[in-house]
Amino acid sequence: MSWINLQAIWKIVVFGLVLGAGLPSLFAVGLFSLSKGPRQTATEGGDSDVVVGGNPLGILAAALCFLIILAAIAWGIYEVYKIGHPAAK
Amino acid sequence: MSARDALRVSNDVVLALVVVTALCFDFTNGFHDTGNAMATSIATHALGPRTAVALSGVLNLIGAFLSLAVAATIASGLVDTKVVTLTVVAAGLAGGIIWNLLTWLLGIPSSSSHALIGGVIGSTLAASGGHAVLWKGLVSKVIIPACLSPIIAALVAAVGTYMLYRISRSLTEKARNHGFRIGQIGSACMVSLAHGTNDAQKTMGVITLALIVNKSVPSTSNAPFWVILSCALAISLGTYLGGWRVIRTLGKGLVEIEAPQGMAAESASAAVILLSSGFGYSLSTTHVATGSIIGTGLGKRGAEVRWNVAGRMATAWLFTLPSAALVGAGAYALAHVIGGTIGVVVDLIILAAVAALIYVRSRASKVDHNNVNAEWTGGGAPTEQPEPAKAA
Repeated sequence: MSWINLQAIWKIVVFGLVLGAGLPSLFAVGLFSLSKGPRQTATEGGDSDVVVGGNPLGILAAALCFLIILAAIAWGIYEVYKIGHPAAK
Repeated sequence: MSARDALRVSNDVVLALVVVTALCFDFTNGFHDTGNAMATSIATHALGPRTAVALSGVLNLIGAFLSLAVAATIASGLVDTKVVTLTVVAAGLAGGIIWNLLTWLLGIPSSSSHALIGGVIGSTLAASGGHAVLWKGLVSKVIIPACLSPIIAALVAAVGTYMLYRISRSLTEKARNHGFRIGQIGSACMVSLAHGTNDAQKTMGVITLALIVNKSVPSTSNAPFWVILSCALAISLGTYLGGWRVIRTLGKGLVEIEAPQGMAAESASAAVILLSSGFGYSLSTTHVATGSIIGTGLGKRGAEVRWNVAGRMATAWLFTLPSAALVGAGAYALAHVIGGTIGVVVDLIILAAVAALIYVRSRASKVDHNNVNAEWTGGGAPTEQPEPAKAA
């Protein structure tokens, strides 16, 4: 056993950036797509807190982003369960 | 009744006391750490304070059942289990609980795991001397992760924060905050879940250790179901009651937080905690959450990190292991001098008295769901109290 497990730290940093910073960024991309459209309340100054712009393509892209995030979370929880219950492989 | 039977009964009494004390520790662990998951959501009003703690409690309960990986390893790698006795475990728990309560009173988010580990190491030292502590395990499994994990979490949170503001820069502030507040609910839930998979396990490990020491279960045994269930309930009840003082420090004291920062901090915490347990690295959820919040202050241009608050926390972190160890050692020495079941009972009575004293002291400057978000004025508790705080 070495003092510092560099192998694990390296992986935690990389996967941490991908999941911990990447997934919320994807959420931000989803919000950005959602704000596109005819009703530009979210981007045109204004005092509204309505995010949805109303462009169907934008909504579709946003839905895709949010679905990928949910899938990633579900996969993550499954992985944790698998590691935590070795018999359930 | 033969002398042997009498000894057996007395051992069972001590075991029962140890289990109850362990559950009390788990309870303090819960309310000390509610802030790790929920402070940022409460600060940005993504969730109401009471909804947040209830949600966090339920998710901790689920998380406690989700993974049992940490429970098996908590005590075995740090002290020589052959020399551990029930008295050692009880004294160690006393050290952990007292440190948790003191830091809660001061509103400092210190690590519950370090408090527990410190307490157990202290009582082991007092019982059997330095050779019974696996020093290398302590450094490589506890101290080095404690130094690295806040830095990694801060890095991830800073990158996340920068990205979120960059991607959403065309949105108005109101719309952006609205969107990320919804996202924050999801990310905060993940942190609570991660907390359950980590911290509830540590108490399960300690109770299992006590059962093994008492030969109630074989030494290779996993945590029995009633242990898992009672630990899960204790930590989620503690979480539900909410450590408002710590929540306040984390949510308002370190950095003034907006919704995108909150989401970035929570995502970073959840990812780092879950990954670390996955790769077999035990670490403190408190250190990770604090690192994330500092990172989110670094990642946003113009945001200010209150380094004096951060410094105060870091100081408390340095003292956590030795202080809890000192209390643990003292508790063991006392129980040992008095001897037997009575010694443990006296320890626990003193523990209860100290806990009650700290609770009474905390009433003088109350922080609860009503004033948790009041303007930060430098100290832990809000200064604009309806009634003047009593002098100590």
